[in-house]
Amino acid sequence: MEIIMIVLAAILFATGVYNILQKQLLRIVIGTVLISHGAHLFILTMGKLKRGAPPVEVYGVTEYADPLPQALILTSIVISFGVTSFLLVLAYRAYKLNQTDNMEKMRGSEHE
Amino acid sequence: MNNLAILPIILPILASVIVAFFPGKLNIVRPLSKIFMVVFLGVMLFITFKVYSDGMIVLQGGGWDAPFGISLVLDYLSIILVLTTYVIATAAVFYAPHSLSDQQEKFYFYTFFFLLISGVSGAFITGDLFNLFVFFEVLLMASYGLIVLGNGKAQLRESLKYVLINLFSSMLFVTTVAFIYSLVGTVNMAHIAERVDSIPAEDQGIVTVIGILLFFVFAVKAAIFPLYYWLPNSYVVPNPVVSALFGALLTKVGIYSIFRVFTLIFVHDTGVTHQLFIWLAMLTMIFGVIGALSTNNVKLIITYNIIPAIGFILMGIGLFNEDGLSGSIYYLMHDMVIKAALFLLIGALIVAAGTKDLSQMSGVIQRFPLLGWLFFIGSLVLAGIPPFSGFIGKLLLLRGALDQGEILLTVVALLSSLLILLSMIRIFIRGFWGEKMEGMTTNPSKVHALTIPATFLISISIYLGVGAETVLPYIDQISSYLLERTEYISSVLKG
Repeated sequence: MEIIMIVLAAILFATGVYNILQKQLLRIVIGTVLISHGAHLFILTMGKLKRGAPPVEVYGVTEYADPLPQALILTSIVISFGVTSFLLVLAYRAYKLNQTDNMEKMRGSEHE
Repeated sequence: MNNLAILPIILPILASVIVAFFPGKLNIVRPLSKIFMVVFLGVMLFITFKVYSDGMIVLQGGGWDAPFGISLVLDYLSIILVLTTYVIATAAVFYAPHSLSDQQEKFYFYTFFFLLISGVSGAFITGDLFNLFVFFEVLLMASYGLIVLGNGKAQLRESLKYVLINLFSSMLFVTTVAFIYSLVGTVNMAHIAERVDSIPAEDQGIVTVIGILLFFVFAVKAAIFPLYYWLPNSYVVPNPVVSALFGALLTKVGIYSIFRVFTLIFVHDTGVTHQLFIWLAMLTMIFGVIGALSTNNVKLIITYNIIPAIGFILMGIGLFNEDGLSGSIYYLMHDMVIKAALFLLIGALIVAAGTKDLSQMSGVIQRFPLLGWLFFIGSLVLAGIPPFSGFIGKLLLLRGALDQGEILLTVVALLSSLLILLSMIRIFIRGFWGEKMEGMTTNPSKVHALTIPATFLISISIYLGVGAETVLPYIDQISSYLLERTEYISSVLKG
């Protein structure tokens, strides 16, 4: 199970990086989203996957899932959600002002 | 008294919430922010005094003992950096009203400003690796808010790149934390250090790999060669006060994180990691200085000068002996203050001359002698001319380098100091000397108002140099404490 998840995370990372390297702005944003998904899956996997076990240690429960990765992912998801929405707005404003969504044309020049 | 450790984080958050209630009423927000900052600075001075007299303060969040809860650790290193942060922020808050347009101030400048201070202090104080990531995000979010203030064409374009590179490195940070968690089963830094110690020597390879990965993350934030390419353009576009905060605080958080993890956790394979730092430090110095010499934009010259300074600090970490670490800490402190001061002065110079282009500037000193001489002192401080503070830091660093027999490093460091001096004096000679230029500002009182906060920072910087006698014992105490490691680990995990 862990192997499948790791491969999935790797695929997400690879597609994310591929998208980040594109010229179109929206693809870059999508690439960052994919990478953050990959990172989150990765944290979950690193805490060892267990099915049907509660994430708390209560009296009488011997098999329990590790709660820490879940807490970490929750924090990380919220953060990447916020940053992504900010990034979308920023990308839209930059597109409006610069009249282009092509990163090649957004290099800028010496004399500004 | 343990609760003192939360104050550097919680006070600015409260202030940011309070000033957010009246965004449009600048006559309330401005004095309120100034009062807050001065009071906070007083509180930080008190806490610093407390830490140095009674020993380090450790707060276990929510009463959950380490390693289960989140620990906030005010040790000798973090408190001194928090204090420096607050000193710079105080100068910045007095500078801001004169530098920003009313419109920019109304768009929640002070709210983002206080959040940035909170994030930076949090990153210095936290004793938990994942929490460090969270505070990185807090300060980055605030910095995203600050960098787009003004809404210019170039500004939005460069902020986009800034956000993207930081987002990418943050995701890498999360991934690295996951690696560490899978290896040692904890994210508390003291606990990680303890568990890494007990990994047998033949399995230390994976620890080094994770260390390098973490270094990569922090190197992006700190702008170390070859990962500095994003820095110059994105730091040059915002308002001078924002650039001052970024240049003085954000890259320094990155280098502080390297400091923390590579003196506490990844210390077992110094032959690989710390040797790598020495090479990267050399390249960082060389490339940063070349950048600084390559341009005529005065603000870009200062921005490029951030990069060799990071090289100097990294050099001390790479040397990893007592002199090297003392030099690094001293240089870190000195550089935070002087970079902020120089950015503030450059902001004043641009207002005074009405242009950023050095080739169109001349004779500014005739109208603004104080600004000119302050800038001259600032240049000498940055280049490390005795008796100023840059010299003390560099002297310690070079002594550390010679102790280790790193001759090449010593030569490169000395040479790049000389080139830093050249790049700064170029501004002084061509911008301040010469014929009085046409088109100087018609509003000299604004320039004077902008010079005063910088004067405050420059005088602190001079004190750090001339009064090194009084500061140095504390710095030496920090470096021996960092090399020792056990005090940090035992104070966090004693519960």
